[in-house]
Amino acid sequence: MLSLVVFLPLAAALPLVAVPRIGDATARWTWVAVTAADLGLLGYVWVRYATADRPGLAYEEQLRWIPSVGSSYHVGVDGLSLPLLALTGVVFVACAVYALREQRRPRQQAALNLFLQTTCLGLFAAQDLLVFFVFFDLSIVGMYFVIAGWGHGDAARSALKFFLYTFLGSLALLLGFIGLYLAAAPHTFDMVTLTRNPPLRDSPLVGGLVLAALLLGLAVKTPTVPFHTWLPPAHTDAPAVGSAVLAGVLLKMGTYGFVRIAMPMLPDSWRAWAWVLIAVGIVSVLYGALVALAQRDLKRMIAYTSVNHMGYVVLAVGAAGVVAPDTTAARQLAVTGAVTQMVSHGLITGALFLLAGVMQERHRSYQIDGYGGLAQVAPRYATFFGVAAFASLGLPAFSGFIAEFQIFTGGIGAAPVVAVALPGIVVTAALFLRALQRVFTGPLRRQSAGFVDISPAETWSTGLLLALVVFIGVLPRPLLGIIEPAAATLVHQVGR
Amino acid sequence: MAPAVLLPEAAILLGAVAALLSGSFLPRRRQYVARLIAVAALAVAAGIAAVPAGGGDRLGFDGTYAADTATTAARLLVIGSTLLVIWLGGDELAGRARESETYALLLLSGLGAVVMAGANDLLILAVGYLLGSIPLYALVGLERSAAAAEAALKTYLLGALFGITMLLGVSVLSGLAGATAYSQLATQLAAQPPAALATGGVAVVAGLMFKAGGVPAHFWVPDAAQAASTTVAAFLTTVPKIGALVAAYRLLDALPPSVDWPLLMALLAAASMTLGNLAAFAQTDARRLLGWSTVSQVGYLLLPVAVAGRSDLALPALLLYLAAYAATNLAAFAVVAALPERRSLASYERLSSCRPWLAGALLVSLLGLVGTPPAGVFVGKLTTFAAAWDGGLPWLTVVAAVNTVASLFYYLRWLGPAFGMSSPSGAGATSGASRPYAEAAALVAAAAALLVGLGSGLVWAMVDAPLLR
Repeated sequence: MLSLVVFLPLAAALPLVAVPRIGDATARWTWVAVTAADLGLLGYVWVRYATADRPGLAYEEQLRWIPSVGSSYHVGVDGLSLPLLALTGVVFVACAVYALREQRRPRQQAALNLFLQTTCLGLFAAQDLLVFFVFFDLSIVGMYFVIAGWGHGDAARSALKFFLYTFLGSLALLLGFIGLYLAAAPHTFDMVTLTRNPPLRDSPLVGGLVLAALLLGLAVKTPTVPFHTWLPPAHTDAPAVGSAVLAGVLLKMGTYGFVRIAMPMLPDSWRAWAWVLIAVGIVSVLYGALVALAQRDLKRMIAYTSVNHMGYVVLAVGAAGVVAPDTTAARQLAVTGAVTQMVSHGLITGALFLLAGVMQERHRSYQIDGYGGLAQVAPRYATFFGVAAFASLGLPAFSGFIAEFQIFTGGIGAAPVVAVALPGIVVTAALFLRALQRVFTGPLRRQSAGFVDISPAETWSTGLLLALVVFIGVLPRPLLGIIEPAAATLVHQVGR
Repeated sequence: MAPAVLLPEAAILLGAVAALLSGSFLPRRRQYVARLIAVAALAVAAGIAAVPAGGGDRLGFDGTYAADTATTAARLLVIGSTLLVIWLGGDELAGRARESETYALLLLSGLGAVVMAGANDLLILAVGYLLGSIPLYALVGLERSAAAAEAALKTYLLGALFGITMLLGVSVLSGLAGATAYSQLATQLAAQPPAALATGGVAVVAGLMFKAGGVPAHFWVPDAAQAASTTVAAFLTTVPKIGALVAAYRLLDALPPSVDWPLLMALLAAASMTLGNLAAFAQTDARRLLGWSTVSQVGYLLLPVAVAGRSDLALPALLLYLAAYAATNLAAFAVVAALPERRSLASYERLSSCRPWLAGALLVSLLGLVGTPPAGVFVGKLTTFAAAWDGGLPWLTVVAAVNTVASLFYYLRWLGPAFGMSSPSGAGATSGASRPYAEAAALVAAAAALLVGLGSGLVWAMVDAPLLR
């Protein structure tokens, strides 16, 4: 069942690649249909998981791959991975609908994105380090071709920078995996086994080095300061769909690696180095927000808010490593907030990037100063953008509030220093309000004239994401009910 | 005596002789008969090698030749690679003036590689070296051009120099040990002065590095890869490495630990991968770039050699990596062979739109060489990295990982134009005549490169057995 969810998009991509005679319209609608079908399957998995009373790993599948190296094709879902699998399904449906208007090589685009979807789903489902790594690396390759093939501006250069930078991260990750593998007795790459019997418990030096390799790899992907420099050019030159997938799903691979691999497998080292994580998180939050404030390019601004928002996640998982006997509840809250933030950021930023893509599509420009009074000519666009912006700055009734509230409540409870990051919220609010004001209000500027309001495809794609943002903001229980047991398990694992 | 041990080798030798003789009596347009003879001989040899006559691993000729799992793997790899080389050269060689001679020389050089891999005695090793090298000089020179003549001379001079060095090393080691069999080296050399032992060992390793195309004897590789015919270039960047690296593993496994062999091999490995990568950065000719890329690949392949006998992972990792590397490298050369009019990287522009399948094979092979999963080289790199770390060289693993990232850059310089990602600087080379053999070989080799990765559990199980000594 889970393998079907993972490989259905890839299976649909193969005929799209192999048969050049498939028409453009067929390719576009095939993409939409396959992503929708996959989302349907994910919905079924979700309902089954939510109604079962047994928490922990479900839908497990294990096949021999390289038994003598202790690696197998092992997948499964739990409360940490299921929300991200669902997020992947939703973001790709939105992208497929958005791309119904794409004119450039739609057949290849559909095939490539379906391949990318398989890599993302596979990564979140993986229960084996090598399987995780396979999908991690392939997602980089897929995203490279998305940026280089459908991007604009200096796309080839940005794509190359993205590939080299994140490939460096993946190699660091691989070194970390090899370290875990060799330290485990018997040698194994199986995540479940490594989580049950964490290796390197009595060797803080090697454990620290292995954790450093893992953190480097994951920090590049997340990205956190100071490894974030690939992100703004990649986002600026990527196509709207690519940006939405990159920010919505691929960045989560880094933070998911923290909660799935680094924390439960190296609990001692994680506790020892938690303060570094908190520091990096604080710097990412504040620096990301301040640099975003200084941007004149709307898409670059959204890209830097990603650094800020992912910083909250790093902050929360760092705080979860500051173990004290009476802060268990706070740490669980922080971890729940971190996972919620991953989902929430994926939905909100996915919507924001798709909306920014509308600007590019209409006028080939993201310059904030070039627009003005856009609300007069494109009221629906203004509404959608406003909703997404308010959600992103953490207004109550949107999912971002739920996530950030839990992160700060739990984080400050576990480590009061987390409060230093609070100004980040204020700066984010300021920058979004300023951008909204400049782009949508005031007199009509040159580029706003003749701006066509969003089409049905653009409305439905972003509307789907924003509807979920509001749904989670108003009714968070269905999501939190899935995450909370897993967060409690994780906090227990880090504290052991 | 156990002559049956050498049946596969005998089949190859007979094939070479038969191909050569038949070529002498066949008219130019019917030289394909020689090709059929060569292919048949290789197929027979592969059949015998896959099903060992006596059953199981054993030593032959008073322990001087080991027919164990490593030799079987090397035999099958050399035979399979040579078959692929003949296949991908089917268009290029057909009707050439020296077609049958080429097949005979390919078989003889491949035979030399097999003998090196199986050698369990210093003298057999030297024989294998000469048998493998001398045909190689001729193969490079068969392409009648100034560049090929220069490359052939360079290969010959370096080969002669390092051959002499190797013989010197063999003399020193046999003088010290009073024997040439590996089984006796291990015991006899332990008490000998480390300086003398190091001199002899380094000299033999230097000869092996010539065959493997690694630092410090790598200078001939890029020249030969660029100037020789594509068929020969594919052969000389693949097959000699298989023999040389298995031979190096066997030798280092036998030498006593009174000299720090892992450090020596680790330095050679680090130098090979770094130099190969740095030199590949600036190349504009596709085959020269591949030539330098193979130098860096030797660096990674030396990781398990460096920890020979110090990690259970080392030998299977080496053999698995060799299998994956052979398929992947041959896939890249097959793409080059299918597009003879495209020589520079820029001329690959828009390959993805006019020849999508070849572009796909190129993508698999180049990303495979980087080590992108799930291609075979990924599993090879993973296991060699793990073996090196496990064998006490974690720093070398880090060096190899950094080099892997660096190598991505020049492979992408090739893939970029091929997939239309750089600004078009003009029309790419027009597609010339179709080369069906090379195209099919490219697809088969690319598929094999992927299958080695996906089926690495099976491959590993086949090659996971200790050496015989």
